[in-house]
Amino acid sequence: MFTPITFASILPEILILALGLLILIFEPFWKEDQRRNAGWLTAGGLLVTMIVSLLFGRPGEPTATLGGMIRFDWLGFFLKMLFMFAGAATALLLMDHEKAGKRGEAYLLLLASLLGMNLMAVSSDLVMLYLAIETASIPLYILSGFLLNDERSTEAGFKYLLFGTVASTVMLYGFSLVYGFSGTTDLVEIAAMFTSSNLSPLLGFGVLVLILVGLGFKVSAVPFHFWAPDVYQGAPTPVAGYLSTASKAAGFAVVLRLFFIAFPDFSEVWMPILALLAAISMTVGNLLALPQTNIKRLLAFSSISHAGYALIGVVAFSELGATSVVFYLAAYIATNLLAFGIVMAFSRITGLEEITDYAGLSRRNPLLALMMLAAFLSLAGMPPFGGFVAKVFVFAAGVEANFVWLVIVGILNSIIGVYYYLNVLKYVYLYRMPGEDEEQHPVPLTRPYTIALVMLVVGVVLIGTVFAPWFGWSSDGVFVLFN
Amino acid sequence: MNFPILSVITFLPFIAGVIILMMPAARKNETRAVALATATIDLLLSGWVYLQYLLGDMTGYQFLEQYNWLPQLGITLFFGVDGMSAPLVLLTGIVMFTGVLISWGDDDPHVMSGIQDRPREFFAFLFLLAGGVFGVFVSLDLFMLFFFYEIAVFPMYLLIAIWGWVKTREYAAMKLTLYLFIGSVVALVGALAMYWVQYQNTGVLSFNMLDMETAGFSTAFQNLWFLPVFLGFAVLGGIWPFHNWSPDGHVAAPTAVSMFHAGVLMKLGAFAALRVGVMLLPEGAKTWAPLIMGFAGVAVVYGAYIAFVQTDLKYMIGFSSVSHMGLVVLGVSTLNETGLVGAGVQMFSHGVMTALFFAVTGMIYDRAHTRMIPELGGMAKIMPFAAIGFIIGGLVSMGMPGFSGFVAEFPIFMGVWREQWLVAVISSISIVITAAYIMMNIRKVFFSPLPENLEGHVGDVTVLDKVAIVTLCLFMIAIGLFPSVMVPMVSTGVENIMRLLGGA
Repeated sequence: MFTPITFASILPEILILALGLLILIFEPFWKEDQRRNAGWLTAGGLLVTMIVSLLFGRPGEPTATLGGMIRFDWLGFFLKMLFMFAGAATALLLMDHEKAGKRGEAYLLLLASLLGMNLMAVSSDLVMLYLAIETASIPLYILSGFLLNDERSTEAGFKYLLFGTVASTVMLYGFSLVYGFSGTTDLVEIAAMFTSSNLSPLLGFGVLVLILVGLGFKVSAVPFHFWAPDVYQGAPTPVAGYLSTASKAAGFAVVLRLFFIAFPDFSEVWMPILALLAAISMTVGNLLALPQTNIKRLLAFSSISHAGYALIGVVAFSELGATSVVFYLAAYIATNLLAFGIVMAFSRITGLEEITDYAGLSRRNPLLALMMLAAFLSLAGMPPFGGFVAKVFVFAAGVEANFVWLVIVGILNSIIGVYYYLNVLKYVYLYRMPGEDEEQHPVPLTRPYTIALVMLVVGVVLIGTVFAPWFGWSSDGVFVLFN
Repeated sequence: MNFPILSVITFLPFIAGVIILMMPAARKNETRAVALATATIDLLLSGWVYLQYLLGDMTGYQFLEQYNWLPQLGITLFFGVDGMSAPLVLLTGIVMFTGVLISWGDDDPHVMSGIQDRPREFFAFLFLLAGGVFGVFVSLDLFMLFFFYEIAVFPMYLLIAIWGWVKTREYAAMKLTLYLFIGSVVALVGALAMYWVQYQNTGVLSFNMLDMETAGFSTAFQNLWFLPVFLGFAVLGGIWPFHNWSPDGHVAAPTAVSMFHAGVLMKLGAFAALRVGVMLLPEGAKTWAPLIMGFAGVAVVYGAYIAFVQTDLKYMIGFSSVSHMGLVVLGVSTLNETGLVGAGVQMFSHGVMTALFFAVTGMIYDRAHTRMIPELGGMAKIMPFAAIGFIIGGLVSMGMPGFSGFVAEFPIFMGVWREQWLVAVISSISIVITAAYIMMNIRKVFFSPLPENLEGHVGDVTVLDKVAIVTLCLFMIAIGLFPSVMVPMVSTGVENIMRLLGGA
């Protein structure tokens, strides 16, 4: 059973586990002020993991390993790389978090949830899938409530836990029904058994809705989004960034695999449902972002709307659609992590999170302001940043699949988006600190922040300009969904 | 392999922008020097392209460069210029060069002209804008055209909001950005629809506009999508009734940005509407031409009339831009050779002229601290150079023979006459109104007695300002006296459009 290819298929996970154990062993020996070094260890370790996996863990022909639990293919591989990149950036951003950065458990929990996400990207069996989702979620519940003396954080952790468990229970019920109707938990076999000829569309509709509750929660699509603003606001900022990027992307990985491989026969049923979810996610997310005064809540609603944009690609149910989703995720992960990283770097010095507090930032730290410009323009979908190309691809897939109305909804929404993203930049560049000389209040960056943020900016610009390789990897990845 | 001159022209501003951003903020003069050097190189290169095209055989697309960018979707980096776009590339070079000169300014605390606050960021954003504009003019790939188009739109927000006129900058910047963004995304949906229909028709995935010309779009499809695509782009061209953002934007913007905005960006809209709307959807253009002509006719007269009643110098020029850009669209809407040639020359002529107007207005405002026409006077004595420049600009604006305005406007009215004589008659009223407000303002601002409160503290313009004025005037006079340096070239571009329109 344990052939070399089996090891290769879970090589990153093995290394992540080893890394976690390493932290667990070393952390108690470090003095209090050395413990932030666990962040260097985590980020460096993840980097090594990525390199080693690239060298020895590349998939060849798509294969099922570990008794059909895991698919070893390019889709999973590319997504894993993205997740590990996000994990490394998050670890760097955690390092100088005042309360969480010096505690080894934070990094350990981060790695544990990363392990779960990696498995979400490759699971090919309902049981494995559910286990992976829970492995990814439970550490995040704890991380959200990590700041024990902070009421908001405790509230965030508890809220996330309650919503999360309910959603995942409903989804589990959906899974059990699928098993009941098809007699198998293997995704490929489900596709053959769980068909519209065996099952009435109404029943299929019910089952899919149950499953969508869980997945909608993961990707924070409306109407399963209620947790997001409160959790993002309360959780430690780097954790919120991680939740809004890697965790959401992992949810999309499952959506792609589940709907494209296991339920293609019911596409007539789920395409309209998802189209509706996409439309209301974009609209509600953007409209509710307009009145926000807290930057983390603004980013939370913006991230809800971005789930909607990405769903357009899923709705298209075509090779280009799936490619555009994966591409969108890559661009979005880099962009949103950058945005949250900047919020973290700013609030670490100032302790402030209101949008109005960003007044005069371009004079307090021009570099940080410029990076914020890149992040927010990318979110708004402006070139030469990643968000523009990603949006165009998603819209192109939508037009190709004759969902022109959905694309028009998307376009109207991106106009709303431009408005509130530019509004934030107005504070950064235009307004001055009331009654203060900005030169007296610099916002210095520590080394981990500089490294993480510059890396992310470069990523955002590269995805937005030299997009051919990214598109190539995305399209190589989704090849397995259609063949 | 030839020297990739168009890529260099397009990407040089981006590279220079990054270099400028990396310079220390305190080094203001070094920043400006780098900016000026870049702008000079770009002006020389675009002049070289123009001359090569003019002296060469003047046919088709030249200086072609094609690199695969995303082969899976048929996106290529495909650059080339024809008789229509080569003058516009030169225009961008001119405005970029003079814009940098004007922004250098005078850091004398009494004057504080030009850009004294954060020039580093200013030039970086300005160059981002310039690079985007060059990119649109030279792109022959629809995707890349959009890519550069959007790059050209968003720096405007920052440039206006940060360095603009304190009273209206936030409002104007947001209004402008939203108008332009809405226009461009509407056009984008049309472009995506064209892309997929071409794929259905030919089985080739390609954003190449030369391929799309032969994609065989059905008449129904063209009729459906022409209006969204054309109007979506023409919003940036200031087409009535979507012109509302434009005067506000002009007024709020700092001088160099007004020059860019009125001089080049509005051409961007008209040019993209022509290239994507008319050239790729010719049947749709024929169907909707009367409507477009109506819009343009209204813009020409209405813009001139509103300009006539303005008391703010910048608003006056802003509305005169609406009127003159209306002439461009009017020329396009004739869909005949004469009108299109006029439109092509008018784009260049108006670009240079309005850049000059805004430059002089900026110089006056920086020194007199007012732009209200009734409060100004006697400027001809204080700044004779600026006065002469403004008068030459005024003569161009009125369409005087011997200046580029005449070369442009005469064919436009001839072309319109051939299609619909009534429109030609009505829109020619604008010439009279234009002459009236230009001459009245020249008299008041430059030749009436100097108001007492301005006496003493208003000084002359700097040497760099003079260089900018001379550069701009030279081009307008050269084309007026020797139309053969531009008209035949634009004609070759128009022949290509006529071919697509089926030789109508």
